[in-house]
Amino acid sequence: MAGDKFLTNLQKRFGDKITGSNLGAIDPWIEVSPAGLVEVCRFLRDDADLRFDYLNCITAVDYLETDPKKAAKTGWDPHLEVVYHLSSIRKKHTIVVKVKLPRWKDDEEGELPELDSVSGIWSTADWHEREVYDLSGIRFLGHPNLRRILCPEDWVGYPLRKDYEMPLDYHGIRGR
Amino acid sequence: MATQVDGEKIIEFDVRTDEMLVNMGPQHPSTHGVLRLVLRTDGELVSEVTPHIGYLHRCAEKIGENLTPRQWIPYTDRMDYLAGMNMNLGWALCVEKLLSHTLSDKAKHLRVIIAELGRIASHLVGMGAYGLDLGTFSPFLYAFREREKILDLFEEVCGARLTYSYITPGGATADLPQGWLQKCEAFLSELEPIISDYHALLTTNAIFIKRTCAIGVLTPEMAIDYGCSGPVLRGSGVDYDLRRDGEERYTDMYDGYAFEVIVERDGHYPKDHNYPPVPVDAILGDCWHRFYVRMLEVMQSIDILRQAMDRYSTASGDYGEPIKLTTKLPKGEVYLETEAPRGQMGFYLLSDGSGSIPWRVRARSSSFCNLSVCPEICRGVPIADIPAIVGSLDIVMGEIDR
Repeated sequence: MAGDKFLTNLQKRFGDKITGSNLGAIDPWIEVSPAGLVEVCRFLRDDADLRFDYLNCITAVDYLETDPKKAAKTGWDPHLEVVYHLSSIRKKHTIVVKVKLPRWKDDEEGELPELDSVSGIWSTADWHEREVYDLSGIRFLGHPNLRRILCPEDWVGYPLRKDYEMPLDYHGIRGR
Repeated sequence: MATQVDGEKIIEFDVRTDEMLVNMGPQHPSTHGVLRLVLRTDGELVSEVTPHIGYLHRCAEKIGENLTPRQWIPYTDRMDYLAGMNMNLGWALCVEKLLSHTLSDKAKHLRVIIAELGRIASHLVGMGAYGLDLGTFSPFLYAFREREKILDLFEEVCGARLTYSYITPGGATADLPQGWLQKCEAFLSELEPIISDYHALLTTNAIFIKRTCAIGVLTPEMAIDYGCSGPVLRGSGVDYDLRRDGEERYTDMYDGYAFEVIVERDGHYPKDHNYPPVPVDAILGDCWHRFYVRMLEVMQSIDILRQAMDRYSTASGDYGEPIKLTTKLPKGEVYLETEAPRGQMGFYLLSDGSGSIPWRVRARSSSFCNLSVCPEICRGVPIADIPAIVGSLDIVMGEIDR
């Protein structure tokens, strides 16, 4: 996959929906705005030269430094990042797609941030998005069945958030 | 109940069936651990299957955010506990990728030996347990007899029989002991003739063929769409194996090895072995093919192992020292997938560059994706076929729930 040509092609097609990129990283990545995610993903899957037909993994990373002393030095504002690892079985190449999200919708604590689901593009996303919802607290719009998958359905909180606190008690079972 | 025989088909009258929800698991003996399936049935037929997972969830990823990469190795063992060595390998390569660490040839060949031996052990359990799912007990005993010998070999290498923590970022914890290669070779020559017994017990067994052929057919498009990998993907005829198609850091290990990806091409499997023929009833992508790919991979692994042992004994360099516990991780993120016995096992590692503890780790589990296709291929089958289909996916719950 020719790196620069690929990127200019994407930027020409999607304009400011491509918000960043680093094709020189160990795993080359592009950053997409939340509004353009589904559109870009559909293109990546269907374009004859790209054919990213295989979604390997969806990861959510919580960028929040809970220690106020260290927080000043981090160089980023608290946010969430969803990372999509794509590859192509036919063309044998890979790409990473990233999306930045606020930690809470409209900065209101407890309101989950929202992102369009890509489960209509790759069915792998169905369970992976459920897992991200379950553990990192991101609501995927248009997902057919957004329920917790690994934790019990009445679990409180999102364990992979950096400010998560382990509950002291779950149905009479002592937590710590 | 009146019955009418219409040719070979028996039509039943006056049997009124109601829709019923049947709960299978989490402790049903044929659900491979703590998997719970809720079946919507109408008589014998299942119209919908809903898997419920998470009974073994330990949130290893959260634990990984508080440990250094070397400390997290034991947690990778406990993901796919039937192939601990392969899990260690995936994580070790991922960490090395972030550190841009290169290995000596000797360490690479050592890893191939260990990984392929782990693959054989894992496929043996997969085979035996599949027999159990279908109601035959003896293949399980045969499989475990041979697996036991592999565990003995592993025990000699690292002292553990299930959770090895042997392959570490930087190399391995120890070199192979003196005389180990001879023992391994003796085991392989013992195992090779036994494989025809397995084929007689299961692969070509008439009852087994009836239970698995043309059942749970997974089309290649669906397999790719659902992110299936490993024998499940190849059983559907998709020619993809990370040992050949993966990242350079991983395929480098297998560089120069002669092996052919086990997949049906142009209507036949690789012809270099004396394989039992494909039954006429089998359809590409059914339970039988998934099982068959696993069986052929055992033979393939024996081949690779022999090559690896030759190379190892003449290779230069040493087996590699584990990285220090407090090795500072550079800022950056890496993702790496390896071909574990059950499919593509991926690890993601993100470091903010502040120390030796990663900011985020993530494990992409192959069984997780393989299981997610189960509602699709279990639609409209009799209840008795559910264990046959789920068993053919060869899942390990420790890996799914992490």
